[in-house]
Amino acid sequence: MLKNYFKIAIAVLKRRKFFTFISLFGISFTLTILIVITAFIDNVASANYPEVNRDRSLYINELRQKATKTSGQMNSPASFWYLDTYVRTLKTPAKVAISSMFAATNSYVNNKKLVINLKYTNDQFWDVIEYNFIEGKPYTSQQIKNGERVAVISEDTKKSYFGDVPSVVGKYIEADNVQYRVSGVVKSVPVTMLVSYADLFVPYTVSKVDYKHKSLMGQYTAVLLANSKDDFPKIQAEYAAVVSKIKPDNKDFDVFVSRAEPYVESYLGGSPIGDPESGKLWKLKFFGYIFALLFMLLPTLNLININISRIMERSSEIGVRKAFGASGMTLVGQFVVENIILTLLGTIIAIVLSFIILQIINNGDLIANLHLTINLTVLYYSLLACLVFGLLSGVYPAWRMSRLQVVTALKAQ
Amino acid sequence: MIPVETTERIHHTNLNDNNAEVMIRLQNINKVYRTDTVETLAINNISLNIDKGEFLSIMGPSGCGKSTLLNIMGLLDNPTKGEVSIDKQDTTKLNDKKLAAFRNRKLGFIFQSYHLINDLKVLDNVELPLLYRNSTAKERRQLATEALEKVGLSNRMKHFPTQLSGGQKQRVAIARAIVGQPEIILADEPTGNLDSAMGNEIMEILLQLNERDGTTIVMVTHDENMARKTHRLVRLFDGSQVQ
Repeated sequence: MLKNYFKIAIAVLKRRKFFTFISLFGISFTLTILIVITAFIDNVASANYPEVNRDRSLYINELRQKATKTSGQMNSPASFWYLDTYVRTLKTPAKVAISSMFAATNSYVNNKKLVINLKYTNDQFWDVIEYNFIEGKPYTSQQIKNGERVAVISEDTKKSYFGDVPSVVGKYIEADNVQYRVSGVVKSVPVTMLVSYADLFVPYTVSKVDYKHKSLMGQYTAVLLANSKDDFPKIQAEYAAVVSKIKPDNKDFDVFVSRAEPYVESYLGGSPIGDPESGKLWKLKFFGYIFALLFMLLPTLNLININISRIMERSSEIGVRKAFGASGMTLVGQFVVENIILTLLGTIIAIVLSFIILQIINNGDLIANLHLTINLTVLYYSLLACLVFGLLSGVYPAWRMSRLQVVTALKAQ
Repeated sequence: MIPVETTERIHHTNLNDNNAEVMIRLQNINKVYRTDTVETLAINNISLNIDKGEFLSIMGPSGCGKSTLLNIMGLLDNPTKGEVSIDKQDTTKLNDKKLAAFRNRKLGFIFQSYHLINDLKVLDNVELPLLYRNSTAKERRQLATEALEKVGLSNRMKHFPTQLSGGQKQRVAIARAIVGQPEIILADEPTGNLDSAMGNEIMEILLQLNERDGTTIVMVTHDENMARKTHRLVRLFDGSQVQ
C-alpha cells in the first residue's frame, strides 16, 4: 500500500513540475531561513568560545536613571569607577570581569590605515573570559596597577599588523598614537560576542579617560562569575541591596536601577520587546515562537491551496479508488502520506541549503570568525514542524476530497 | 413493482424461473436532482430484480437516467427514495467504511472513458481493488497478472495507460473490474468509445465472464446489437422504465 502511495506521490510530483517547484520552494525556503536564523541566535546567545562560562555568569550592561514625574529616563553602560566601587567589591561572585565597550582606533602599517578595536579590561577579565592564548599570556594585576602600556592582541590583528611572523610577544603595536608592548596573542573572536570581542586589549589604567572619575555612567560592563548557577539569586540579591542605596548622580532623576542578569536578558532592557523591569526572556521567546509559527503558516497555506487545486485534477482517480473500495479515511491517509513525502523532500532540500548557506557565512567576510553550525535541537524541531505542517496541509484538502461523491468525482474529469 | 419484460435471449439460462436467486433488488427507486430553482426527476419509481448470473442491458436515449440507475445499483450514488439490496444486503444501512468494503468485495466497474490512473502502470492499475483488501504484494501481483492474461494483455503490464489504444485501455479496465473476482460487474457504455471491431471484442470478453464465471453483469448501452446479445433488456425513457 505504502509503495503504491509512494509511486503515485512521485508521479504526481513529476506531473505538475511547476506546482511541485512552488511547494518545495515554499517549504525548503522557509525552513532554510528558520534554520539559519536559529543557528545564528544559538551561536550568539549560547556559551561559545571564549565566553564558555556564560551559563554561570551574570552581566551588568546597563544603568538606568529615571524621573518618576516626567517618566524620563537615561540608560547607559556604567563607569569604571561605579563597577570598581559597587560591583567588584561584592562578596558573592567568584570573580568580576570589568571591560569597556570596544572602540575603534586608527593605526598605520606601511602608510596603510588599519582600524583597531580597543578594549580596556581589569585583570579578572582574563579569568572569567577564557581565551585561547596562541602565544604569551595576559597582563598581570601588577602591570595594571603600574599603568604599564602592555596589550593582548587578537590573532587577526597580529596578522594584519605584523604580517606572517612566528612570534610577536615583546614587540610594540601602536594604536591611537600610543605604543603598547604585546604580552600575548589570543584566538580571534567574532564581533557578535560583545563582551569578549576586540582587536587589542589593554589595562584600564592606561585609558585616557580618568577611570577614577566619580560618575555612574560610562563605557564599561561587568561579568560576574558565580561558582555555580545556583548562586545567581544570592548575587542578584546582594547587588540589589547595593543598588538600592545608590542615588542618581543627575538631579533630573530620582530613581536608580541596575540589575545583574543572565546574558540574553541583560541585552533586552532597552528593547521594545523587553519590559524594562521584568519578564523579558519569556516575552522574547513568546514573540519568537509566534514569529516562527506565522512564518511556517505561509508555506502551509500555500500548500493547502495547491493541494485543493490538485483535488479536481485528480478527481477521476479519487472516484475510481472509491468505486473500487477505498473509504474516505483511506483516501485521507493516502493524501496525507503523499504530502508528508513532499514535506520531507522539502526538509532534505532545506537542510542541504542551510548547510551551504552556513558554510558561505562561515567562510565569507560577512562576520569574521563566526562559526555557525546546524544545531541538532533546531534540526529536530524543524523536522517535527515539517511533519506537523505536512499533516496539516494534507489533512484539510484530503478531508474535503474524501467527502466527494463518487459520481461527482468521476464526472469531473 | 412494474413487471419487467424480457426481450431477447441468446444465451439460454434458467434465469427467469422461480428458483433463480435475486442478486440486485431495486425497490421504488427515485432520484431527484435539486438546484435553487429547478427540480429534475432523473429516476421515477423504478423497481427491478436482477438475478444471479444474469446479463442485463439498459437502453434509452441520452439523459433518460440509465447511468444514474447504474450508479445507484453500484452504490456510487444514493437514491432520493427507495431501497437497494445486493445479495440480500440492505445497502442503505451501511456506513462509508462498510459500503467501501462491500463495493470492493461484490462489485466491479467498467466505465465508458476507462478511468485508468495514468500515473500508474497497467499492472498497478489492475492491482488497485486489491490494495483495499488484506492481500500481500505477491498475491496482488499474481491475481493482476492472471486478470490481464484473461483479457489478453499480459504483454502490456509494464506500459502506462497513455501508451495503449482505446480497446486496450478498456481491456485493462475489465481486468481491473474482475481482478477481485466480484459477483457483479456494472458496465457503463463499455463499448461507447470504441469502433465496432473493438466493441465486439470487449463484448465477447463480457459474455465469456458471464457464461464461464457466472458473473452477474449489468450494462448500459446505446448499441442495439450489443444489447441483443444479453439475456434481458430494460428500456428507460425520461427516468421511467418503459420496457
